[in-house]
Amino acid sequence: MIEKFAKVSKSNFKTESIIDGFGKNFEKVNTMIDIKIKDSPIYPHDCIDFVADEGTGGSTVFIGTVRNQTKGKKVIRLEFESYVPMAISEMRKIAEQASERWSCTKVSIHHRVGVLAIGEVAVIIAVATPHRKSAFKACEYCIDTLKETVPIWKREFFEDGDVWVAAHP
Amino acid sequence: MTINILAFGIAKDIINGSTLGLEIQNGTTVGDLKMELIAQFPDFEKLRSLVIAVNEEYQEDGFILSEKDEIVIIPPVSGG
Repeated sequence: MIEKFAKVSKSNFKTESIIDGFGKNFEKVNTMIDIKIKDSPIYPHDCIDFVADEGTGGSTVFIGTVRNQTKGKKVIRLEFESYVPMAISEMRKIAEQASERWSCTKVSIHHRVGVLAIGEVAVIIAVATPHRKSAFKACEYCIDTLKETVPIWKREFFEDGDVWVAAHP
Repeated sequence: MTINILAFGIAKDIINGSTLGLEIQNGTTVGDLKMELIAQFPDFEKLRSLVIAVNEEYQEDGFILSEKDEIVIIPPVSGG
């Protein structure tokens, strides 16, 4: 099972050291961004819980699910493939850009890969910001940019064949 | 020198595999590589876009490739 994730802290947040029972130093990072690519189901509440924060005035969540048709043609299932390490770094860049632009307090982006059935969740984006309007804008920016830059590919399977989505003009 | 290229999505179907070894001259750029790929596999020209990532970063046509680089063919992405 793949579960790769990356967490980064904003530079303006302090980190604190904690010492475990063996006297070894661990750096405890105040995590602000949560990125995951998983080949097992992803859950909106994981992203929502991550962004929940007392300093937040509002949070928005986008949940992308597998649709049962494309241009009227019945879809049976989907398959997502990813160049995982680069996809994680591109998703992190998007979260960092959104954080800078809309002062997000926290951003969580989870993307599923592998075979997905109709109705299953493919992507979740949750953002928390001090004010309501910026939460909507930041969330929209994240999903729009993810679709343009993150190396993940969707293959749609129909009753009579399959196609790599958006590969051709 | 020999470079080993990784392919994902429709690029795997086009090269009929997930990796491609290519003999290139020193100084070969991303742009040169794209032209070579299109020459060997004309289906690449039919794609909406053809981008090359080197060491997990998108690179422009002028970028010069080295033997140890991780080179990946990025066909049009469609996540989300």
